Amino acid sequence: MKKRIVILFGLCLVAAGITVSTAVASEGVQLDKAPIDPYDKDSLRRGANYFVDYCFNCHSLAFSRYNRIARDLDIPEKEVAKKMLFTGAKIGDNMTISLQKDDAQHFFGNAPPDLSVEARARGVDWIYTYLRSFYRDPSRPWGVNNTVFKDVAMPHVLWELQGLQEAIKEPVTDESGETRNVITGFKLIQKGKLTPEQFDDVVRDIVNFLNYVGEPAKTKRLQVGRWVLGFLLIFFFIMWLLKKEYWRDIK
Amino acid sequence: MNDRIAAVRDWFDARLPVTKFWQEHLSRYYAPKNLNFWYYFGSLAVLMLGVQLITGIFLTMNYKPTASTAFASVEYIMRDVEWGWLIRYIHANGASFFFIVIYLHMFRGLLYGSYKQPRELLWVFGMFLFVALMAEAFMGYLLPWGQMSYWGAQVIISLFGAIPYIGNDLALWIRGDYVVADATLNRFFSFHVIAIPLILLALIVFHLIALHSVGSNNPDGIEIKEKKDAKGIPLDGIPFHPYYTIKDTMGVIAFLFLFALVIFYKPEMNGWFLEHDNFIPANPLKTPQHIEPLWYFTPFYAILRAIPDKFLGVMAMGLSIVMLFLLPWLDRSPVKSIRYKGPIFKTALILFIVSFLGLAFIGTVPPTATATAFSRIFTVVYFAFFLLMPIYSRKDKTKTPPERVTYKK
Repeated sequence: MKKRIVILFGLCLVAAGITVSTAVASEGVQLDKAPIDPYDKDSLRRGANYFVDYCFNCHSLAFSRYNRIARDLDIPEKEVAKKMLFTGAKIGDNMTISLQKDDAQHFFGNAPPDLSVEARARGVDWIYTYLRSFYRDPSRPWGVNNTVFKDVAMPHVLWELQGLQEAIKEPVTDESGETRNVITGFKLIQKGKLTPEQFDDVVRDIVNFLNYVGEPAKTKRLQVGRWVLGFLLIFFFIMWLLKKEYWRDIK
Repeated sequence: MNDRIAAVRDWFDARLPVTKFWQEHLSRYYAPKNLNFWYYFGSLAVLMLGVQLITGIFLTMNYKPTASTAFASVEYIMRDVEWGWLIRYIHANGASFFFIVIYLHMFRGLLYGSYKQPRELLWVFGMFLFVALMAEAFMGYLLPWGQMSYWGAQVIISLFGAIPYIGNDLALWIRGDYVVADATLNRFFSFHVIAIPLILLALIVFHLIALHSVGSNNPDGIEIKEKKDAKGIPLDGIPFHPYYTIKDTMGVIAFLFLFALVIFYKPEMNGWFLEHDNFIPANPLKTPQHIEPLWYFTPFYAILRAIPDKFLGVMAMGLSIVMLFLLPWLDRSPVKSIRYKGPIFKTALILFIVSFLGLAFIGTVPPTATATAFSRIFTVVYFAFFLLMPIYSRKDKTKTPPERVTYKK
């Protein structure tokens, strides 16, 4: 009987596999893998500083508190006060911004979203690729466009670090026989303060920080998990022995 | 000392049937000794209900059910409430695990014919529980007020609009507004935290009373009550306590291990248990590109989408659940268990499982031409499994079940 059930389920899995393979391929651009490390506190601290310097004017982290970040990233509260508290906010406040939503809508055409859980909504790879995919496009209001987020309302905030890149376009013929110019890569046309490798590291730090902000309890979750699983494993072993002992007299 | 304890017990027994209850439902409730792996899921369903009730109580202490505060209050729970993240993950993943358990529990019934005479009412109460659980999950999913919460509710409620004449008014009445809005959130909160839990608890009482009056089925699908010893105890029955309380506790621990594995290491389950789009606050002006319900609704959602006409689609979706209710009267096989059923029934069951899982998958992908074609085939198979059952289950060559249950040590 057991064998039959196993066969039954095997068949189901095969069938599910067939349906999966007939499913649509995921659309959109190829995303680069973000080489983040949630345990690398140096990277997280650098990321927090970059965020405050480059992003925090327009993007809030409204669900995150200054002192929580100070505590989690081992930054002395005094330093946080000096480097991050511009708006008269207190150390226990949420990281909101002064930019009004209506004004922002007016300035950019689209209010910059709060980024507290952006890493969970978009995924870290998306942000990592997005921040590195701005290219020159004179037809856009800010002179730049983005391959990951087409016609995005955001200017290329990190341009002084990265410099300016231009899209390399190549004609590609798709399945229906249509030939279109597709962006296949970038070419740096104006050097920034940093080398491309250094710039990637900066973006990595920002993404690492946003990933932390998305779920501040994550490292604790991973640590507690080990103990819970260990406890359950031992408990299961004991229950298994107990069950065997009780059931010995059933014939 | 023992005398004193006995005196206390007697004092209570004279006023409340404590001992009688204990004996009737545990220490002298005889369950078949051959219950196998599939029989863990009943007690696991009770466990999950308890888990959801307790975590739900703690979430309710910090959650704020208004359109302007709901999303933020969930993040507040995730960040500022001590261990709030754990409570929230248990509850959110708990919904998915509850459905995994319930689907396996129902599948057990299908395998061993647990719905057949004399357990028809037991099955029907179980089906009402399933429907109530779906309502509970659907309403609970609106509460985080993310994009998927919002648009999922919008799509599902608009289905009522497909009903002729009264449809639009009905949808309006359910929402309390012309679109899903604050009023909807408030009433769904009320339903989710009190109305439906009460219904669930009441139905579980009926489900268990019915179970304990007819007794458990078993993998052989034969009635252990037909063979009793001189004292009237079923020969193949063993007291639920301690045998099954111990065995089920072991099952609970194993289950909790898997549950904890997800909670602590994969709480989003790659978007299957917590959808990525639900981390974007609800925006009534921005429809997501691809609205998909959570995985436990997708088989029925795929049936809905398989039918080109909206009203007929809604009808088909409803009927796909009604079919399950009718199962006790559709199966005309002389035997209960799959072990003694014939090749036709086994083939039908495999086709049914394939189409159910296929529909579940198709419900999660955009409705492309291939997906729709497959969903139609699977929908036909799904209904054929039930509608043709009176014919094929009667014609099938069955084996004769044994006199006594098969039990290998």
